[in-house]
Formats: sequence, structure tokens, C-alpha cells
Amino acid sequence: MTPKKLVLMERPIILECRNVWKLYGANSDTYLQRHDGVPTAEALRQANIVTAVRQADVTVRKGEIFVIMGLSGSGKSTLVRCLSRLIEPSAGEIRFEGRDLLKMSDQELIELRRHKLGMVFQHFALLPHLTVLENAAFPLEVQGVDRKTRIERAMQVIELVGLQGRENRYPHQLSGGQQQRVGIARSLVVEPDLWFLDEPFSALDPLIRREMQDEFLRLQARLQKTIVFITHDFDEAIRLADHIAVMQDGVIVQTATPEELVLRPATEYVAEFTRHIPKAKVVRLGTVARHLQSAEFAGDLAASSRIADVADQIEAAAKPFRVLDDAGIAVGEVDGRIIIDILIGRDLAP
Amino acid sequence: MKRLRLNGLMLWIGLFAITIGLSVSSKALVQLTGWTWLAKYPQGLQLNLDRFLSAALKWLLEDAALGSFQFRDITRLISATVEAPYAVLRDLIVNGFAIGQGQTAIPILQPMGWLPIILGFGVLAYRLGGPKLAAIVVASFAYLLLFGLWQSAMVTLVSVAVAVPLGVAGGVFLGIAAFKLRWVELALRPFLDLMQTVPVFAYLVPILFLFGFGPTSALVATMIYAMPPMVRITTRGLQAVSPEIVEAGKMAGCTPRQLLWKVQLPAARTMVMVGVNQVIMLTLNMVIIASMIGAGGLGYDVLTALRKLDVGRGVEAGFGIVFLAIALDRLSQALATQGPTEPAVGSWMRRNRTFFAYLAIVVASYPLAKLIPALAAFPAELQLSTGGFWAAVVSWINVNLYDQIEAVKVAVLVYVLVPVKVFLLGIPWAWGLVLSFVIPAWIGGWRLGVMGLVFAAFIATSGLWPQAMITLYLCGVSVVIAMLIGVPLGILAGQNERAHTVLTWVIDTLQTLPTFVYLIPVVMLFRVGDFSAMIAVVMYAVVPAIRYAAVGIRGVDSQIVEAGIVSGCTPRQLIWKIKLPQAMPTILLGLNQTIMFALSMLVITALVGTRDLGQEVYIALTKANAGKGIVAGLAVAFIAIMSDRLTNAAVKGRSTTGVSDV
Repeated sequence: MTPKKLVLMERPIILECRNVWKLYGANSDTYLQRHDGVPTAEALRQANIVTAVRQADVTVRKGEIFVIMGLSGSGKSTLVRCLSRLIEPSAGEIRFEGRDLLKMSDQELIELRRHKLGMVFQHFALLPHLTVLENAAFPLEVQGVDRKTRIERAMQVIELVGLQGRENRYPHQLSGGQQQRVGIARSLVVEPDLWFLDEPFSALDPLIRREMQDEFLRLQARLQKTIVFITHDFDEAIRLADHIAVMQDGVIVQTATPEELVLRPATEYVAEFTRHIPKAKVVRLGTVARHLQSAEFAGDLAASSRIADVADQIEAAAKPFRVLDDAGIAVGEVDGRIIIDILIGRDLAP
Repeated sequence: MKRLRLNGLMLWIGLFAITIGLSVSSKALVQLTGWTWLAKYPQGLQLNLDRFLSAALKWLLEDAALGSFQFRDITRLISATVEAPYAVLRDLIVNGFAIGQGQTAIPILQPMGWLPIILGFGVLAYRLGGPKLAAIVVASFAYLLLFGLWQSAMVTLVSVAVAVPLGVAGGVFLGIAAFKLRWVELALRPFLDLMQTVPVFAYLVPILFLFGFGPTSALVATMIYAMPPMVRITTRGLQAVSPEIVEAGKMAGCTPRQLLWKVQLPAARTMVMVGVNQVIMLTLNMVIIASMIGAGGLGYDVLTALRKLDVGRGVEAGFGIVFLAIALDRLSQALATQGPTEPAVGSWMRRNRTFFAYLAIVVASYPLAKLIPALAAFPAELQLSTGGFWAAVVSWINVNLYDQIEAVKVAVLVYVLVPVKVFLLGIPWAWGLVLSFVIPAWIGGWRLGVMGLVFAAFIATSGLWPQAMITLYLCGVSVVIAMLIGVPLGILAGQNERAHTVLTWVIDTLQTLPTFVYLIPVVMLFRVGDFSAMIAVVMYAVVPAIRYAAVGIRGVDSQIVEAGIVSGCTPRQLIWKIKLPQAMPTILLGLNQTIMFALSMLVITALVGTRDLGQEVYIALTKANAGKGIVAGLAVAFIAIMSDRLTNAAVKGRSTTGVSDV
């Protein structure tokens, strides 16, 4: 177990959902109870019920970016709406900071959303009649925060997303990327504990998307939010995630770190996505290092470095490198052979 | 499929042959057999629904009560709500404020002068739409002033100013209720459908009965008439708000109330503003018509001019209505399309300084008007009148073109109008009932057939069969002519950019005109009668025929057109083989709208002496016979609803057979 993973595992759980279902169709709400809770996909189809989410388990820990990845129709948007209770799940349990989200009254839910949750939408969902500043201040306005305070706080988040100078524009006067910055500013203004991003960059051009991803990582490095991020773009998922849940036909087929996904895809479907991903850009030394067995080393490398970054160095050396974790403790060694295995995609020795 | 078509054709030919045979021979049949009931629906079998309705309304007005709360209190409450703002505005702009009544009244404030009013509208227009709009608006008001129509126009304007906010508020409220509560939507839907098809006069009758003759009645009728589109547009606008925006509102922690007022309604505001524009135009239309029940104003000027055949005055007042309509339409459109602008900075006083400056001018205008009387009332010697000119034009036309016009009129009457009329009137009512089941059933299934039968039976048992036939004949002939003129024009506009620009401007302007205005030139040139009515209906109903044909042609997928060109189509083949078939569903929708427009205009033409259902309503109106008015109004509505269902069924049938042919 690498140090990075250890750290993540020890963090407190913010959001935990168990066995969440969402069914659509006539009498779908009581269907599960009437059929022992776990009907087969075939039985559901025959009952004319559409399964949007099936038996989903998600655990999101404090400070991590949890990506839910799936193609359109895979149920990822439904799942994130269940997690934020914009949609009532048909069955299951969702706990947010230990409280049962599904048992909350409307009033409690409003309070929770006002102070603890933020959400960014695919098509920005800005209010067309408000300026950038008023949009960013909107969550504070509905809370009843006084004008001066909310303008002040809204200006702070507008500066955070780099829109200062445009605060008096209206959404229709902004480019797509700028509009999404407003969406991000609005979702951050209440300083949420849990931040949902529903395909935030999907509606943007590829170049802008890349730029926004960088911007997003920069923001996250500063804010250390707990994030649930939805995307249909596997590259984006790999780039941003601490953990990825891959969805297919309403089912989470694998939840893992990007490295695990790339190295050990659980199903053929997941492998289909990982095939074109250059493994060397994902996999870290700590993951591939074998047990220390050599006596002499060419040098030390950090366990968190990605293979692509250090491949030249390792190949050029005649001796293996020692791999050290963050605390400086040796966790193993790597040599050119391992690097080549990864680079040409040969299966790793178990 | 082929066989079915053949059968269909046989059926149509057979039906037509039998109908012609019966129509021609019905008189002879009656004489031969002595069965007079064949030609005329027996009086003894009439249901007398109208008397029942009249009695019911009377009971409602006089005796209906829930405990100590009487129905009359409701009408009084409505009267008061409408009357109070109307009285204040009217005093402010038209009459001036006074203490006391009648002769003993002591004036304390004269009416607002014309200058601040024109200035106010000018500034508003400038802010909303720039110098061009300001020029249009100021010119329109200047026309009213110069031609001595100021007083009447201000009365009309005051009515609009009272009815529009109330109509919009009521419409938005009902629209929200229908959006939030499914049962409200379901309950409202048939009412809204009916209200859009019931002829305008039919509104006036029961309202006249409930509220009496005068501006209050007119305002209530106007509000009821103008509200339905606002309800629909509000509901649809709210439904059309993107679900993401609603979710964003929820995630921000909005309460349901905040969600509605801070998120959903503002997000739907573009559509809501379109509704406001519609309410304004419908209100103006109805305020003009409601001059018949005491609204006064420009409509009343036109009405009296029409009655006196005072050509010049009628035309002038008519133009007054046209200009007022255009000014209000452009203003409200500018308001609707106006996006949010950069917010002004500074204090409240500073942000509203134009308003305060204007207020100062208004206040200053009072003492100024005392000093310069010309500011209070525009001097008569400066007023223009083209009355003589218009009278001369019309008499010149009548002297020099009389023979030509008469020749056309007689030809159309002899070869088109009269034969169709005789044919339809000749059909025995019993066979008419059969047709009213068979035709809809064949086109749209047995349910539609039953509906047709019920509607026709209602008309027959009300003793309105001949009037309904005349309505059918006038409407049918007018629609055919409107389509014959409109569709080619629409096709032209669909292909030619310049024609499109010109025609769009023309039909946009035509559509803003209150229906009343159409009667003026027609009466001047062709006097009263079916021919005049037909011309007016065609002029009004040609608009949707053009618009939908143009939209249909322009909407043809450009790739399909390119495919046609690449396949080597000549321009003619391109139109006949590619564009027209593709545009057909839209053109048929245009037919539907043309029929609706024709029916609504046809009812107004009762004023120029038709003998149709509209005339029945009009007579009921002059006699304040509420039951009769409602029954005849319902008869028109049923014809409208039936033709709507029929054209829709035809469109649907067409598209499905089209698919199965492929």
C-alpha cells in the first residue's frame, strides 16, 4: 500500500451511499420492496421499469476528487442527483457527514444546501436576468445575507475564478468558459463542504476544456474541497481523479484509483476505455516498484513520480533506482525492465 | 393502401353527389311530399337553451347567494377593482379632477396637457428602442393630436392602461396556478380553448347583462378576452425553464417560494414579455370593439362614422387606431426584447434621474398650460382634417370606377357566392347531421364523428341551422380565396429574400391592426353585404396563409433542397416535387389558422350586414339577450373547434400515410 493511498484511506468519510437504486416507471417506487430488494435486470425490463441506477455504493472521503465516469445514459447524472437529493432515490441509504440525507425534512435540506453543498452544472444554469456579481451572490441572497456582506463575498469568489472586471456583465455577454467560471464562483460562495460538479466542462471547446481543467486543479490545490465530479470523458477522469467510479447501464462496474483502473480494469468495458491511455503517464513508481533486492542503486526517486517523467533517467542508468515514499522510507526499487513493461503495455508480473 | 384511397375517393364523390342531389331537389321534395320539416327544423323540437341560459343568468344576478354573500357582490367587487383606477386615470388625462358632481362640480385640476404625454412616451420609446422608435411613437401621437383625435385616443389609452396590468396580473397568476397544480391546468384548458374560439361579441353579451352598459363592462370584457394567451404563455414559459436552472436554484437553497419568484419567473421573463405584448394588442382590439357597449374612445368614433357613412371621419379615426396600435406594439416589443443592460451606478435618485426630470416637467406643465392655452387643448385652427379629401377620393372612385367595381362584385356574387350559398342552404338539415358525422368520422375516427354530430345537433336544435350554413359558406369561400392568394405569396416570400422582407413587414403590420379597422375601407368602397364581408375576411385571414406558407418553404431542410439540385431538378420541379411536399404540413397548419382568423373576423362583419351566426350574436347584443348571444356564440365556437380538429386530423392522417407509402 502506497503512502498516498494510506493517507486517503485514513481521512474521514464525508459522503457515503449504500445500495442506492433509482427506477422509473409505473409503481417503480414500491417495486423493490415487493421483489426482495434485488430484482434481476430481466425482471425489471419485463415489468416495464427503467433502471437508471442499480445498487450503487459510493464512498467519498474528505478532500478527495471522486469522479463518476460513464457514457450518456449510464446513470451518472441520475446518481449525482440522488446524492444531492435533487432526485429521490427509489431505495438505499445516503449519509452526509454521518446524517441520513434521505430522512431530512424539506427545511433541513434547504439549510444543508444553503451552507454545506455547492453544485456546478453542465450548461452553467446561470440566471439570465442577473449580472455576474448577482449570480455569484445569489445563494447568499436567498439565505437573507445583507447586501454589503454578500457583495463582498461574491467579489472574493469572482476574483478567485479570475473574472474581476467583468462582475457587471450579464451571462449572455460572456463566453462559455467565462460563464462556467461564474457557475463555479456561485457554487463556491457559500464555502461548501461538498462540491458537486456535473460535467462542468463538457459544453466547452476542447482547448478551453483543458484550460479549465488546469484552473480547476489549481483551485482545488488551494481550497482542498471534497468533490464529486461527473464526466463522460475518461481522459478528464484520469487527469483529475483520486478515485474513479465507472458506470455502465446504471451499475458502478469498478471503483478504483486511476492507476488501478489502468493497470487492472475489472471488466472488458473498463478495459475498452483504458486501452488508449498511455499507462506511463498515469502509473506512479510506488505502484510498480518491486521488493528491494539489489545492494547498489543508481539513486533515489519519489514513489509519487509518474513513470513517464522519470523513464529516461531509469533507462539510462545501469543499476536500479530506489523508490522512497513521502516520509523518505524505501518502499521498493525499479529498473529499466519494469519501465519497458509499462511502456509497451506488457502485463505486469503479479 | 391504394384500394383504401380509391374507396376514399369513391366515398367523397358519392357523398358530394347525394348532397348536390338533395340540395337541388329539397324544395321540390318538400312540395311533393308536403314535409316542411325536411327543409326547416321544426320549431316544436327546439330546445330553447337560450331562454334557459337567460333565466339562469338572471337568477345568478338577482337571487344567487351563499348565505349573506350574494353573487352580485362579486360583480360589484370586480366593478370596483376595475373602476377605481380607470376613474383616476381618466380624470388625470381626459376629464380633469373635480369636486362634486355634474353642474355643481368645481374643477380642481385640469387634465394633463398633450405635451407631457407625448414627451413621456417619446422618452420611454427612446430609452427602449432608440431614436427610430421614438420617432415612430411621437409621429403616431402627433397624428392623433393634429387630426383632432386626442380626446378619443386618450380614452382608449386609459382603458388599455387599466386593462393591461390587470389582465397581465390575472394571466400570470392563473398561469402560475396551472403550472403548480395539475388540476388547475386540466380545469382551465377547455375554458382557454373555448375562449380562443368564441367570437368576441359573445363575450360582450353576458357581460353587458352582468355589468350594464358602460366602460366597466367594456373593461371587464377586454380583460377576459385578453387574458387566455397570458395564462398559456406563462404556464408554457415556466415549463420551458431549463431543469438545470431550477436545480441550480434548489442547490442554492431556495424555498419553493424563492424558487418561483427569484428563479423560475425571471428565467421565463422573455416569454412572459411576449405574452404582455399579446395582451396589449388584444386589449386594444377589444377596447375598440367594446365601444359598442360603452367603452367610448377611437372605436366609438369609427362606429359612429360607419353608421353615418362619414367616410372622412371613419378613415381618419381608423388611421388613428392603426397608429396607436403600431406605437403600442413596437413599444411593448422593444420592452420584450430588451435584454438586461449595464446597471447604472450611483444612488437611487441618480439612477432614476430621467424619471424625476420627467416628473418635474409634468408638474411644470400645469401652470404652463394655464399661461399658454394651446398646451391644454391643441388649438382647433391648427388641426388638420383630411375628411374632405377622403370623401372626395371615395366619391371619385364611386363615380369613375363604379362600373368596374360593380362588375367584379356582381360577377363574384353571381358565379361564386350565391351558388355556394344556395347549395349549402338547400341541404336538408337531417342530411346535414349525417354529413356532420360521416365526414369527421372518415377523416379523424368515430370519436370525431360523434363530436361533429353533437355540435351539429346543438346548432339544429337551437334553430340556428340556416345561420350556421351562411357562416360556413362565407367562411369557406373566404378561406379558399385567402389560401389562393396567401399560399403563392408565401411561397414567393419563402424563396425570395426581398419579397420576404416586404411581406413580413406588411403582414406584421396587418396583424397588429384591430379587426374593426378592416371594415372601414370595405364599407367605403363596396358598401354593405356579403361581398364586403368576404373582402374584409379575406384581408384579415390572408395573413396566416402567407406566414405559414413562407415558414414552411423556408423551413425545408437545405440539404434536401441541395439533394434535389444535384439530382438535376429544374427550379419548377424543385418547388413542386421537393419544397411543396415538404412544406405541406406547415401549410395545412396555416389553413387551420386561416380558418380561425376568418371565423373571428366573420363575426365582426355582422356590422356590415351579413345574415350569419355573427349577426345573431350582434342582434342579441343590441337586445341584451344574454341567452341568445351565448348560444349563437357557442355555435360559432363549435364550428371553429370542429374545423380545428378536422385540419389537425387531416395533417396527422397525411403524415402517417406519407410514411406508409414509403
